[in-house]
Amino acid sequence: MDPILKPFKEQQAPPVQSSGFVGWLRMNFFSSWFNITVTLALLWVIYQIGGFVISWGIINANWVGDSAKSCPNVDGACWAFVTERWRLFVYGLYPKELYWRVNVFYGLGFLTIIAFIFSFGSITRKLRITMFIGFPIAAYIFLVGGVFDLKYITPEDFGGLLLTVVIASVGIFGSIPLGLVLALGRMSELKVISKVCTYFIEFWRGVPHIAVIVMFVALLPIFIPDGNKIDIVVRAFIAFAAFNSAYMAEVFRGGLQSIPAGQFEASKAIGLSYWKMMGYIILPQAIRNSVPALVNTCISIFKETTIVLLIGFSDFLGIIQLSLEDPKWLGPPHIFSSAYVFAALIYFSFTFGMSKYSLRLENRSNVDQ
Amino acid sequence: MSEELVIFFDKVNKWFGDFHVLRDIDLSVTKGERIVICGPSGSGKSTMIRCINRLEEHQQGTIVVDGVELTDDLKHIDHIRSEVGMVFQSFNLFPHMTVLDNLVIGQHLVRRLPKAEAEEVAMTYLERVMIADQAEKYPGQLSGGQQQRVAIARSLCMKPKIMLFDEVTSALDPEMVKEVLDVMIDLAQEGMTMLVVTHEMGFARTVADRVIFMDEGQIIEENTPDAFFDNPASERAQNFIGQVLHHL
Repeated sequence: MDPILKPFKEQQAPPVQSSGFVGWLRMNFFSSWFNITVTLALLWVIYQIGGFVISWGIINANWVGDSAKSCPNVDGACWAFVTERWRLFVYGLYPKELYWRVNVFYGLGFLTIIAFIFSFGSITRKLRITMFIGFPIAAYIFLVGGVFDLKYITPEDFGGLLLTVVIASVGIFGSIPLGLVLALGRMSELKVISKVCTYFIEFWRGVPHIAVIVMFVALLPIFIPDGNKIDIVVRAFIAFAAFNSAYMAEVFRGGLQSIPAGQFEASKAIGLSYWKMMGYIILPQAIRNSVPALVNTCISIFKETTIVLLIGFSDFLGIIQLSLEDPKWLGPPHIFSSAYVFAALIYFSFTFGMSKYSLRLENRSNVDQ
Repeated sequence: MSEELVIFFDKVNKWFGDFHVLRDIDLSVTKGERIVICGPSGSGKSTMIRCINRLEEHQQGTIVVDGVELTDDLKHIDHIRSEVGMVFQSFNLFPHMTVLDNLVIGQHLVRRLPKAEAEEVAMTYLERVMIADQAEKYPGQLSGGQQQRVAIARSLCMKPKIMLFDEVTSALDPEMVKEVLDVMIDLAQEGMTMLVVTHEMGFARTVADRVIFMDEGQIIEENTPDAFFDNPASERAQNFIGQVLHHL
C-alpha cells in the first residue's frame, strides 16, 4: 500500500449504515446530539399545534345549524356558519336555477388546469393553446350569457368564490398575453415601441393598485365619453389586467434575457424570421425559465383579488364578511375566527396548488436542459 | 475567370462604437473554395464571417453573397441566410428540442418541407455525421463533440451553398476535436464552399485552398496553406504561427 495513504486507510471507520427506514431516520434526524434535541423540540411543537388543530377544528367543532346559537362550544370552530352559507360563498348572488352555468365554468377551469398539468403527447401544445384561448371565451359565454339562448346575467351579480376566480382568471389570462407583448415591445429595437412599452410598464407598476382600481371605477366615465356604459365590474377587470400585465411583462423580460445570444444567432442563421424565431425557439425557453416568477405573480394576483372589496364588490372574502354581519350569526368571536380560517384555507389551497404546479414544471424542465 | 464568384467583399469597414473592427476588407471567394481564416483573437475574423450572413452589419463598403448585395432589405437577408449555413463555437443547439427536432425545425419552417420528409432528410444527415442513434435525445445529453456534429448536420439540412465555421473546435475537449474535424474534412472533399475560422493547422493543410491571416481588422496575408505556415511573409504572421505552434 501507498505509504502516504496507509495511516488513513487504517484509521478510517466504515461509513454508517443508512439503508432502510431506521437508517434514514438516524441519518436525517438523530445523527448528533444537537440534531436529536432539535428533532425532539420540533416534535413537541408539532404535537401541541396538531393537538389544538384537531380539538378546535374537529373534535370540539360545531358542524351544523342555522344561527350563532348552533355554535355553543367556544373552544371549537363554528363550521355551521360555513355549511349553512356555502352556496352563497361559492356562487355569490348568481340565480339559483342557473347554478349549472357556474358549475360548467368551474368544470372548464378544472379541465384547463388538467391540460396544463398533464402531458398529452403530440397534441399537448395545441391543446394548451386551445384551452388558454378557449377557456376565457367559454367562461364569458356561460357566466355572462346573452348568447345562444343563455339568459344575460350582469357581472354585478357575481360574488363569492365565483367573483374571486373570475377576477383572478381575468388577471391571469389577460395579463399573460399582454405582458408577453409588452416584454417583447420593451426589448424591441424600434425605439418608439420600446419607450412606449417601458413607460406603460413603469406607470402601472408605480401607481398603487388601490388608486388604479378607484380611478378606473370612479374616474373613467369622466375621461371616456359614455364611460358610464361600461359595466363597473368590467372596468375593474380592465384595471386588474392592466396593472398585472406590467408585472408579467417584467417576468417575461427576465425570462427573455436569460436566453443566450447564441440562440438568437443560430435561429437567424438557419433563416427563421423574427416571429418564427420567437415562437419556436426563444419564447418556449424564455417562458419555461420564467415559470417560478410567473407562478409567483399568479399567486399574488389570486390573493390580490380581494382589492375589489374597496369598491364594494363581494368577492369570496367580502361575502364572508357580509355574512358575518348578518344578525343571525352575531355571536362569540369563534364564529369570526372560523370564518376567516375557512377563507384562509380556501385561498391557501388555490395558491398552494399553483406553487406545487410550478415545482413540477421546474423539475420536468431540468430533464431537457 | 470562369469560376463563379459566391462571396465578394469590397472595401468593407465596420466599427463597434469607436473600435474599428474591420478595415478595408477585400475578399473574393469562388464556388467550391475552402478558405481558412486565422489570426490573433480580436483580429476581426469572426466578425468578418458573421457579416456574410448579416449577424453583423457592415457600415461601409459592399458585400455581395450569392449574387445579392447585403442591404437592410429583409427579403435579401432571409434569402442569404437560407443559402449560408453557419456553425458556432458554442454549438447553439436548441436545448428544448430533441436532436431530430433541431434538424427538422428549419426545414419545416423555412424550406416548408412536410415534417415526414424533413425527418427523412434529418436522419440522412445525422447518419452522415455518425450520430443517428442519438436522434431522440436532447442536446444536453450529448457530449460537446456530438453536439457540434449535430450543429453541422442542422446547417447541412438547409442545403446551403456556403458553410461558415466560427472556431467550431475551440470549445471542445481535445479528444473530441478530431471527430468534428473529420466531418468537416469530409464535407470539404465533397466540394462545399467553406469559410473556416480556426487555428487547426492540420485541417488547414489538408483541405484549405487558401489561408487568410488577419490582424487588427485587416487582411495581412493570403496564401496557400503550405506557403503560409512554412514561410509566412509578414512579421505578424510569423509571430502568430510561432505562438500557435508553441502551444500545440
